[in-house]
Amino acid sequence: MASTVFAILFYLATLLFVVGLLYRISTYARTPAPLKIPTTPAPTTTGGVVLRMTREVVFFESLFKANLWTWGMGMLFHASLALVTLRHLRYFTDPVWAWVEFIQPFGIYAGITMLLGLLGLWARRLLVERIRYISTPSDHLMLVLLIGIAASGLMMKFVAHTDVIAVKGYFLGLMHFNVQVLPADLLLAGHLSMVVALLVVFPFSKLLHAPGVFFSPTRNQKDDPREKRHLSAWAAKLESEKN
Amino acid sequence: MADIVAPAYRTIPIIPALKPGAMEGKGPFVASEKLNEALGFPGQLVEDWHDKVIAKMGDMLSKYRSFRVFMDACVHCGACSDKCHYFIGTQDPKNMPVARQDLMRSVYRRYFTIPGKLFPKLVGARDLTREVLDEWYNYFNQCSECRRCSVFCPYGIDTAEITMAAREILDSVGYGQKYSNEIIGKVHKIGNNLGLPGPALIDTLEGLEEDVKDATGIDVRFPIDVKGAEVLLITPSADFFAEPHIDSLIGYAKVFHATGTSWTLSSMSSEAGNFGMFIGNYDQLRTIAMRIRQAALELGVKRIVVGECGHAWRVAYSFWNTLTGVGDGADANDRFAQMLQKQLDHRYKQPAHICEFTWDMIQDERLTFDKSKNDKHIITFHDSCNVARGSRMGDMPGGQFEIPRNIIKAVANNFVEMAPNTTREQTFCCGGGGGLLTDDLIDLRVKGALPRMEVLKNAVDEHGVNFMATICAICKAQFTKVMPIYGFDRKMVGGVHQLVSNAIQLGPK
Repeated sequence: MASTVFAILFYLATLLFVVGLLYRISTYARTPAPLKIPTTPAPTTTGGVVLRMTREVVFFESLFKANLWTWGMGMLFHASLALVTLRHLRYFTDPVWAWVEFIQPFGIYAGITMLLGLLGLWARRLLVERIRYISTPSDHLMLVLLIGIAASGLMMKFVAHTDVIAVKGYFLGLMHFNVQVLPADLLLAGHLSMVVALLVVFPFSKLLHAPGVFFSPTRNQKDDPREKRHLSAWAAKLESEKN
Repeated sequence: MADIVAPAYRTIPIIPALKPGAMEGKGPFVASEKLNEALGFPGQLVEDWHDKVIAKMGDMLSKYRSFRVFMDACVHCGACSDKCHYFIGTQDPKNMPVARQDLMRSVYRRYFTIPGKLFPKLVGARDLTREVLDEWYNYFNQCSECRRCSVFCPYGIDTAEITMAAREILDSVGYGQKYSNEIIGKVHKIGNNLGLPGPALIDTLEGLEEDVKDATGIDVRFPIDVKGAEVLLITPSADFFAEPHIDSLIGYAKVFHATGTSWTLSSMSSEAGNFGMFIGNYDQLRTIAMRIRQAALELGVKRIVVGECGHAWRVAYSFWNTLTGVGDGADANDRFAQMLQKQLDHRYKQPAHICEFTWDMIQDERLTFDKSKNDKHIITFHDSCNVARGSRMGDMPGGQFEIPRNIIKAVANNFVEMAPNTTREQTFCCGGGGGLLTDDLIDLRVKGALPRMEVLKNAVDEHGVNFMATICAICKAQFTKVMPIYGFDRKMVGGVHQLVSNAIQLGPK
């Protein structure tokens, strides 16, 4: 019963995640940027823009300039999350790729640092007056959800082991549309439910910052307005109408 | 005016505590029916403003990727929350960039996202009520569109884009701001922001020629409407009579004179400023910029040079090519742009900043200076926000910081920097930019100047600074007004070309 319910949930959530995200990304891509608005000083070449974007996405360059505490906590959380996610590839591959095998121990520690990063970010949200002022209930809930996912995952590793072989069998089965039996385990059920929730809210929430940053005109535009005429379709129309 | 006092300097610039509501209802005067209608906006707030606002918002979301992405991408991390000069000066939490954006974002969430439609309270979504609209008017007219927050945002969210969208939406339902709309009306009617008619302008320029002759004994010309001149100078109209602006205009004329450059002003297009950007209206931005194209075509000039004006330089550098074809690199079949670009001389940057022009001439050794003429000054440089964060000079990113400083060092002996986290791309707004340089906002302007005044005070105490150079007409006007309130001499502020003017050697070499 639970196996079937989770199978349906995962299929629906994944579908919603993929379709929702693609829809959102296509909206961003289709919306024109009529004016050149890079925050300067900005790179003048495409290569320079790729570098700027890489520094922004990998090292959170602007946040580093803004606030070291937020940068530190944010970095700790995101880097840990990346490792943890990669570690989880072992539940979806058979045989497990060598590099995924290699990062397993780091992935475990990353679970702990991810939790620490999240708690740090939440503390900032609760304790700093300015950040508390701008926080909505959903900002807190998002952190609670991620803390829940991290904590339940760590509990299964360090407190009450779940049958990971069976879990792996279940997800490999899902990938081939063959529903296997999921171990009946409260922690696991909680962990998976929260992951489903995360997939569902992703395309409708502030988690859109992940694709959004790549479409931010202040970061992805070249600084070359004098050298190259930049004209969007709707702005070009004004010209043909009036001149 | 009597009750306006400067906020106290913070000994250590700690982040201020919040004072909710401190600037509520302190927005600028609303535009009159006449002013609005002259620009094609409804005269006053329309009956069905609610539906019109939502429809306009949808329209803007489909036209501007910046607005679209910025509405979604914010995670409320707070990186920007202590970066705005108006927040620092007023302590009103709604002047934090993220909170200012949220005034708009809360409505976006309610009407354009599923979670906001289903669970408004949960995601901080709000119905668009008259109170919300009034709040927009109030706080989106307390942003100078200086882009300082966008430097620090991990997603590059630029509050200026949201402020511009908000003002555009408000104008579209007849809820415009008096100062900006009045000025745009003057540009259309008379040709410049200050409403200086052609004959008065010609008179002024003749007077200037006499003044310079009296002071130097040399016939420096201030030509206007000269067909076939090489350079068309487009400068903020404040340069024609406001102090200290006019001293920089004299500086430009001396540079042209000393280098033997044929140049001209245009009576039809006697304004570099473009308040169309401040109100976020593409049509106004374009129509105002078109006058420069028209003047360039009529006068047949080879180069277009822009005087000391911050937002004008952003519009000229970043937008003119898009709006009017003043620039390079248009498609061969782009007849509109090619018509002008074929006329311009592309050995030079089009358009060029007057500082680029002067610095090129200094490097070519076509100018000589007596630096000791500026020895009475210990000079610092205030980077103006639109130049710093919305434009460039020269070939390298950051040239907008180096070139004006290089000029100052070439014409004067004493130059010192202010605190590094308040210069270059991290510079603080003067407190009067973005269409807020009006007496009905004097309280906001004084408070917004606090961060700059603090570091200036340090530079004065530590290095004896007695001159702050800047290349923006709004900065000059704002500082002249607020600096006395902070206990500084208003004559401390001036242009870079004012220093050039002091030191330049005009006689035979």
